[in-house]
Amino acid sequence: MKERRIAALAGLAVLLALPLVTPAYFLHLLIQVLLWGFIYTAWSVMGRFGLVSLGHGAFMGIGAYVPALLWNYFDVTPWLGIPLGVALSALLGLIIGYPCFRLRVVGHYFALVTLALGQVVLLSIVAARDITGGSLGLTPRSIGHSWYALQFPDKTYFYAIALMVWLVGLLAWRWIDRGIGREALEAISDDEEAAAAIGIDVTREKLRVTVISATLTALGGAVFGQYLMYLNPETVSGIGVSLQIVFAAIAGGMYAMLGPTVGALLTIALTEGLRVWFGANFVGAANTIYGILLILFVVFMPRGILGWLEAARRPRAAATSPAE
Amino acid sequence: MDAFLLEAAINGLLLAGVLALLTLGLNLIFGVIDVVWIAYADLVMCGMYAVYWLFVVFGWPLPLAFAVSVVGVAVLGVLVHLLIIAPILGSAPINQLLATGGLLYFLQSFATLIFTTDFRNIGVRLPVIEIGGIYISYSRLLAFGVALAGAIALYLFLKRTYIGTAIRAIAQDREIIGLMGVDQRRIYLVTSAIGGALAGLGACLLALQYDVHPFIGNTFGPLIFMICVLGGLGNMIGGFIAAFIISQIIAIGGYYFSTELSYVLAFILFILLMFIRPQGIVGR
Repeated sequence: MKERRIAALAGLAVLLALPLVTPAYFLHLLIQVLLWGFIYTAWSVMGRFGLVSLGHGAFMGIGAYVPALLWNYFDVTPWLGIPLGVALSALLGLIIGYPCFRLRVVGHYFALVTLALGQVVLLSIVAARDITGGSLGLTPRSIGHSWYALQFPDKTYFYAIALMVWLVGLLAWRWIDRGIGREALEAISDDEEAAAAIGIDVTREKLRVTVISATLTALGGAVFGQYLMYLNPETVSGIGVSLQIVFAAIAGGMYAMLGPTVGALLTIALTEGLRVWFGANFVGAANTIYGILLILFVVFMPRGILGWLEAARRPRAAATSPAE
Repeated sequence: MDAFLLEAAINGLLLAGVLALLTLGLNLIFGVIDVVWIAYADLVMCGMYAVYWLFVVFGWPLPLAFAVSVVGVAVLGVLVHLLIIAPILGSAPINQLLATGGLLYFLQSFATLIFTTDFRNIGVRLPVIEIGGIYISYSRLLAFGVALAGAIALYLFLKRTYIGTAIRAIAQDREIIGLMGVDQRRIYLVTSAIGGALAGLGACLLALQYDVHPFIGNTFGPLIFMICVLGGLGNMIGGFIAAFIISQIIAIGGYYFSTELSYVLAFILFILLMFIRPQGIVGR
């Protein structure tokens, strides 16, 4: 355990020192890895217990659009707007989650309900085009460097923010992983009826991770919006985004703390690598390869890269941990 | 009731035909193989590209292009089963859904790669019929008729042939069917081929009405899933009824509000119905 702690501290020190030595382009990539890693971690918080959501774009969209709209129309600082968007997202998670879990909507029925939820948010943003700009997207009003507006042209600030947010995600993951609730949730994902029979409050346990996941995802969406200073319904709430979240989390491994981050690293390295290699006119190439990889991962390696590595290292421990 | 509302309702009815056809394909696969093909609408997209390519680029006659496209998508359906579903038939249903999610990603991106995101139209303009101030497009009428004929043909196939009977039997009881001497793998392949062929037929009918682009599957894919679930996954008659209900909501909602809002309405209705009647509107 001691070595692990030292390794973690050393890793953190490297991450803190990185902006001092990396050029702006790599800093941009690192910010993306951290923010997506955070969002994928947020998805895994519920995904690892068999709650497969195909609609996390809904939470991301609300988290991103609420602060941007409040800022543009009412001059409300994101310091208020972001908590509000995150709270709304959590509320949505609650509203959808409660009846789902109460009425035992599970498996692919749950996945389809979340898919519909993502569509509801996406199409609502498009339909409210007079306010949100519809499919053309929305640009938060820029006022230069400002703590009040949470706008920093200097990427170093956002690197620090992304790093903090990412660490929060890891802490949340670890908290759930270490908590008593984990046993309960694993029991639920193995056999819901049996879990209920031994006195586990199924609805409550599932709702807890769902709301945590929705909250974190919305926070990720909000920070992304502040960083990119451009929002588009398809890129924050589309089916593509929701599936990308699922894919990267699975590829990296949703049963390990750093798995989703590895997924983010992998997908962003792949996208950028192919873009540099083939040039920008080869748009679909990266996603084409993602698609094939996703199929291969689900078929051959449902525990993801990190899960697979761990299983290879400790064959006995892996046998007892939750598989797919 | 004014003429425009009636026109919207009739167009909704005609749209329902194609949606019902696609729902039948999806339902057949779900009922028999117990798998949700998330990428089903993207098989339709492939079919539409096939029609476009054969007809516009290679200059084949339209009926031939249609026939080859239907066969092509049927083959694609078989490939999907052999390459993606068959290896993970025994694992959790959600894994199969995710694997076809990968297929969706792959097909959309691959189409972007080779066809770019341009909107393409096969450029066949069928006349518009006017009846008492109501305009109905001939291509929609044709689509409705063919979709209905396809559904009836499928019904007869399932009722009258040996394989059809075996397919229905497997949908009712997966465990016992092996004991009856039916080759399950062969039935799965036939079912995947029929599912693919229905997607191909839907593609031909949609190609007459809409432009094709790599992401067209996203516009009606979630819709047909919703219809399937509303009708009760695996329940073909339920799916048929649900197709008509949903397309009326969309057509009439689109008339009163906007297209997007009518979709929002339909999706919210879907979520609510999942809570109230998860077994579907006509389920037992």
